[in-house]
Amino acid sequence: MKLSIYRYDPDKDAKPYMKDYDVQLEHSDRMLLDALVKLKSMDDSVAFRRSCREGVCGSDAININGKNGLACITKVADLPEHVTLRPLPGMPVIRDLIVDMTQFFKQYESIKPYVVNHDAPPERERLQSPDEREELNGLYECILCACCSTSCPSFWWNPDKFVGPAGLLQAYRFIADTRDQETAARLDNLEDPYRLFRCHTIMNCVDVCPKNLNPTRAIGKIKELMVKRSV
Amino acid sequence: MTNRIVTGAHYGLRDWLAQRITAVIMAVYSVITVFVLLTSKPITYGVWRDLFAQGWMRVATLLFMASLAWHAWVGVRDILMDYIKPAGLRLALEVLVLLTIAAYAGWTIQILWR
Repeated sequence: MKLSIYRYDPDKDAKPYMKDYDVQLEHSDRMLLDALVKLKSMDDSVAFRRSCREGVCGSDAININGKNGLACITKVADLPEHVTLRPLPGMPVIRDLIVDMTQFFKQYESIKPYVVNHDAPPERERLQSPDEREELNGLYECILCACCSTSCPSFWWNPDKFVGPAGLLQAYRFIADTRDQETAARLDNLEDPYRLFRCHTIMNCVDVCPKNLNPTRAIGKIKELMVKRSV
Repeated sequence: MTNRIVTGAHYGLRDWLAQRITAVIMAVYSVITVFVLLTSKPITYGVWRDLFAQGWMRVATLLFMASLAWHAWVGVRDILMDYIKPAGLRLALEVLVLLTIAAYAGWTIQILWR
């Protein structure tokens, strides 16, 4: 397998450059992450994040042949012989394939990603009906890998102001939660030309999400609720 | 002054909704106009003049122009917000866009009721 890797070490390199590698895969190397781990044994200066290696932690999100995805659940068999790997687009590069996620998590924090309930906690738990719980499906599964937000041009142009698809998916996850009491404040927080309305519904987020979630639909539902409360 | 990031203008929903409603108005007008013109072949100067001599067509066209103006304003402002970073330059360009759109709207009224 031929890998072209984006290399950049700010301490040594004046500019980023692409480096080609020939990696001999064994029969057990099924996923792109396996190839990267093999590559690391050939050249230990290559830097990338990885942790759970099964699509749960979201650490190894990279740009694979121009499309964001998780290396650990991308099958080598589904890729062409020559694969180009770059860091997630639009984020400051720390080194090689590792990006600085500060801005991404700032946006995530800005939507208050937790249930806010001012009532005294019940003896056991706050209950939901099966239908109310059903609404959270397709929302809570997000692993915050940033594949979606970093494939969104609106997030590239305004990462400091636009919440981005990942943040907005989570915003709706808490707006939709019947145990949360801050719905109005959450909608107020998002009713802004930059924070929510930078989304122009191009659906790059849906195209790349490795968990097959649909941030565009969640954003649509937030807008729907805003319309509902103002007409 | 440090460059603080500020958001929270609390508008956007009305424009977003307006963009969709004006799009529907323009689509309906376009379909009706194409239908009227296709059913009155050949399209001569006379056909064109008779069509626009009717009050409903003038009002419909004015409604179309108003929709186009609002739609274009929201869309162009979105582009400026995405790509023009200095606030002063953005405001200047927004004023320019508004004046241009207002001029086109005035020109449309002049053409329709000449």
